[in-house]
Amino acid sequence: MASELIVNGRPHRLPDDPRVSLLDYLRHDLGLTGTKKGCDHGQCGACTVIVNGLRINSCLSLAVMHDGDQITTIEGLGTPEAPSPLQRAFLAHDGFQCGYCTPGQICSATAMLDEIANGWPSDASASLEGRFEPTGEEIRERMSGNLCRCGAYANIVAAIADVATESDA
Amino acid sequence: MTVHFKQDQPATDNRLDTMAQGVIGKPLPRIEGLAKVTGTAPYAAEYVCENCAEGVLVTATITRGTVVRVDIDGAMRMPGVVAVIEDDRLIARPAQGTANEAPKQQPRTVCYWGQPIALVVAETFEQARDAARRIAVEYRDDGDVAVTPAEVAAEEQEDETVREGNLDKAMADAAFAVDATYTTQGHASAAMEPHAAMAQWDGRTLTVHASLQMLNYNICELADAIGIGAENIRLISRFVGGGFGSKLGISEEVVAASLAAMQLQRPVRVVMSRQQVFQGIMRRSETTQRLRLAANSDGALTGFGHEALVSNLPGEEFAEPVLQSSHFLYPGENRELVLKLARIHRMTAGSVRAPGEAVGMPALEAAMDILAEKAGIDPVELRLRNIPDKDPERGLPFSSHKLAECLRQGAEAFGWDHGSRLARQRREGEWWIGTGMASAARVHNVAEAKARVTLKADGTAVVETDMTDIGTGTYTVVAQIVGEMLGLRPERILVDLGDTRHPRGPGSGGSWGAASIGSAVYVACMAIREKLAAQLGTDESQLRLSDGKAGDGQTLVELLDGSDIAQTGHYEPGRIKDDFAASGFGAFFAQVRVNHYTGETRVDRMLGAFGFGRVLNAKTARSQCLGGITWSIGMALTEALEFDPRDGHLVNRDLAEYHVPVHRDVPDLDVILIEERDPAASFIQAKGIGELGMCGGAASIANAIYNACGARIFDYPMTPARVLAAMPD
Amino acid sequence: MRAFDYRRAHSPEDAARLTQAPEAMLIAGGTNLLDLMKLQVETPELLADIGRIGFAEIIDTDDGGLSIGALATNTAVAIHPRVRRDYPVLARAILAGATQQLRNRATTGGNLCQRTRCFYFTDIDQPCNKREPGSGCGAIGGVNKLHAVLGASDHCIATYPGDMAVAMAALDARVIIGAADGQQRSVPVRDFHRLPGDTPWRDNVLDPGEVILAVELPAPLEGMQIYRKVRERSSYAFALVSIAAVIAVENGAITRAELAFGGLAHKPWHDPRISELLVGSAPSAELFDRAADLLLESAEGQGDNDFKIPLARRALHAVLAQVMEQAA
Repeated sequence: MASELIVNGRPHRLPDDPRVSLLDYLRHDLGLTGTKKGCDHGQCGACTVIVNGLRINSCLSLAVMHDGDQITTIEGLGTPEAPSPLQRAFLAHDGFQCGYCTPGQICSATAMLDEIANGWPSDASASLEGRFEPTGEEIRERMSGNLCRCGAYANIVAAIADVATESDA
Repeated sequence: MTVHFKQDQPATDNRLDTMAQGVIGKPLPRIEGLAKVTGTAPYAAEYVCENCAEGVLVTATITRGTVVRVDIDGAMRMPGVVAVIEDDRLIARPAQGTANEAPKQQPRTVCYWGQPIALVVAETFEQARDAARRIAVEYRDDGDVAVTPAEVAAEEQEDETVREGNLDKAMADAAFAVDATYTTQGHASAAMEPHAAMAQWDGRTLTVHASLQMLNYNICELADAIGIGAENIRLISRFVGGGFGSKLGISEEVVAASLAAMQLQRPVRVVMSRQQVFQGIMRRSETTQRLRLAANSDGALTGFGHEALVSNLPGEEFAEPVLQSSHFLYPGENRELVLKLARIHRMTAGSVRAPGEAVGMPALEAAMDILAEKAGIDPVELRLRNIPDKDPERGLPFSSHKLAECLRQGAEAFGWDHGSRLARQRREGEWWIGTGMASAARVHNVAEAKARVTLKADGTAVVETDMTDIGTGTYTVVAQIVGEMLGLRPERILVDLGDTRHPRGPGSGGSWGAASIGSAVYVACMAIREKLAAQLGTDESQLRLSDGKAGDGQTLVELLDGSDIAQTGHYEPGRIKDDFAASGFGAFFAQVRVNHYTGETRVDRMLGAFGFGRVLNAKTARSQCLGGITWSIGMALTEALEFDPRDGHLVNRDLAEYHVPVHRDVPDLDVILIEERDPAASFIQAKGIGELGMCGGAASIANAIYNACGARIFDYPMTPARVLAAMPD
Repeated sequence: MRAFDYRRAHSPEDAARLTQAPEAMLIAGGTNLLDLMKLQVETPELLADIGRIGFAEIIDTDDGGLSIGALATNTAVAIHPRVRRDYPVLARAILAGATQQLRNRATTGGNLCQRTRCFYFTDIDQPCNKREPGSGCGAIGGVNKLHAVLGASDHCIATYPGDMAVAMAALDARVIIGAADGQQRSVPVRDFHRLPGDTPWRDNVLDPGEVILAVELPAPLEGMQIYRKVRERSSYAFALVSIAAVIAVENGAITRAELAFGGLAHKPWHDPRISELLVGSAPSAELFDRAADLLLESAEGQGDNDFKIPLARRALHAVLAQVMEQAA
């Protein structure tokens, strides 16, 4: 059995205390503080990371539950030298203010665009089947797990829509 | 050296407009933005620190009484527990904004449920959190105390009272009169970053990384709380994950971490849980407001009454300034404005984004909608007919006044129908659709500020101040002002904020940050320009700086010839504050749909037009407006603190049950920035924008709900339950 | 969070063995349990992680139905082609709940066992008979806008907060339950959750040592499938009232009407009399009013939640409107 998890492509040993959430493990044990703690109860989305391709709230998961898992954090999506298309779009559209929810928004949006591409429906979808378009309403519903108290939603949606259309073309 | 400028006169020279760089006002992306989008911007709890212990606060489980005994034995026996801090210097409440001194300490005298009373420190967070729950506290409970405003006689805030003419008579004589009572529930700032502090003590200096808005005051508050000199304290807040008033003053975790670090001689980090932030940090007071509007047959106001009841803990000076803009927004020679404060034992009431207007304007503007309906006058027109030419109470001229432009341009851009306003006319399937509008107003303030600007020999510049950027855009607008004045591209400018080793800024709060720090930076840059001009043997007014060159000739590097020029700008608002009434103005327009069956309301689209002086950065200014409008949606539809009627404890103490708007609640929003120069507002002709966007917006939604479905609702937020209760059959 | 031993179960037998320990609990997605453990509402001494023992398959049953493994995530169920095609009310209910992040972790079994959102249950400094038998009910006389108007007791007025189970109740799905000794039994979802009575600490009929293995959906039902959720935010909020409906209309008359209600009670509410009333009649406002009369005849508000009574009636009319529109 594996006793490590893979974060942004690098293996790390699991913590000794099973109480440590995946969130605290990333932030404290690994020093990957780009993943944020906003509520610690799965109610804000600031801690969103991508585990084996799926976005989850890292606060509501124990690190020890993830042995062998592949985890991607904001640091794994892009760097100041080489930001990802979504990171660039958030900057261009001012899709943030204080910046605290931002890594979670971007991780969430990264996985969300894959979900649309993979044909997953949402509560906003008129039909459960067929092809889903990254419309404003679809993006808003699918991103509703990421709170932004500064109220940058309008710009976040514009940033995501921009990237969604580019990758479509 | 320091250059002091006290503004006693309007700054009519508009020098920023005469500069050559062309960067001021431009929609530049945030200069710290790349750090934020890549997760590399460090917030208070995220600094790497060896041997850092973790602290968790222990909070009271009674409403009023005394801590008799704190049994720490069980906790101390738990693995990893280092200490339980029960210092009398622990603060029991957060400090009010600009307090500049410690708030109430006495942690053992409990005044509200959830009050911090001790701190558990352990090697790890999990150990500390668990141990904090094992502390057994014995109380002497004072029993029943007032926890709702209705239980007590309220105190009139006499400074706020205005009684002129005879309002009762004006109401009786009016062609059209409105007498309506509104309520608003409490609000939480709910900044995404929970309150956090990491303190280090080296025996002489206390260094605290904290999440704070106003380091210039916070350093004195912390010094006062722990009894050491401010010169022995360094506060650092380079990135603040939202404030909205909740981080204006020092809060409990800052003092607790500091005391623990000093006692234990090792670094200590304390991050409040989300529940503790809700229960222990400032709430916006609930309000009850009576509006009385008397108008003649043309809709001109002859009488204006606004009475408000708010609450706070005993001993707190802050009373939600509900009437702030009501004093000057509309005329009416017969006036009665009264603010009353009830002393109750809910947690501390204090500033939450736009204290006062955030709740006062939505009540006033909802009442104006009723007046418009009664008078049969288009609501936009009614407001246009009631714009005073000077402050109706103080008689002062307005520094600038863009309400009419905001109303007209906003109505035009929104496609406002000035025709009949009959309610309940448009239905699409299950949904009633309607529109509404409201005026916006928010008093403008500026504050004393200092900033040091250094033009370096290599042709770059550094700006240093303890001013913060809480998401408002300070980093970027400061770079733009320096870039404009010194002819530098913004990437040549390092803006170093949020460190009390630097000169004192104004702090981020009351929307005064940008205008105040911008004026200080401007003063410093002018002084640098003077020096450069002297070196060139020319007059400063002739100096043309752009892209690192003076005119078409020398580069700045050549001109500086190996030496830096450093100047500290010290801006102070002077008499100008007393000579003018200054406010930002605006107008909101909303289209909503209300579900006929369920009473659910969705905002289809919303537009705000705002006039607030010079726009320093069109992108970040717009974002501030978007944020305000988003808060307007929350206030109108979902946000409400719910208190237990028996013990006053906050029950919806998390983000699942305190409903800030989510993505899907917020449609595409339009913002119109109505550019102006307000020479009396600040040295750089700019006013505040951080709060204006939510000062009245909720009323545009309320008025649209009425227009859509005929439900006239007098209680915010307008939940499905309230909409259904008011919806005609 | 209290300290606990963490063990990963490698097989169902492993899981059954681990749960024999006193104060042991199973963890799968963890989205509800860890939330409550951080608040010390739940304080297991042993946590048995069943996340990797299988039981996540979604497979066709012999009678044309669908068996959903207890560990199938909410996402896996909602995007499953047969769920989308044959049981859209279930897909819709799941998609109306929580967020994509939570649905990616939350499991079918865990979601059935989701505990109430009552403010007094989740705060260990408040009285709650569900959490601490005999301590009293803080919600009675407190803030109770989320609370039950049907089937509550003097001991507890909490609601079951989920969406998925409401749809499963309308579909008349069955919960397959396994005991430690290998025995299995099956219980209709409609009977899985309990009313609080004087034992509010028991949310459902699971006995100690029993685990949920799967949920079986019957063969697809003809008719329209509707999930209607009324909430205070447009997303990411628990239901004030929700209705899952499977309704068929032929030749102007209702031939099937299976309705279940969320947000009203300690369980997804299903009243067989409503189906009896509706079937055979033409859909009309008057008929649905009579259905609402039946549904709400014993409804009782607690003050803050009084609004749920008229809201449930209106939500029922909203469903009727959808039926009429789709039938037309």
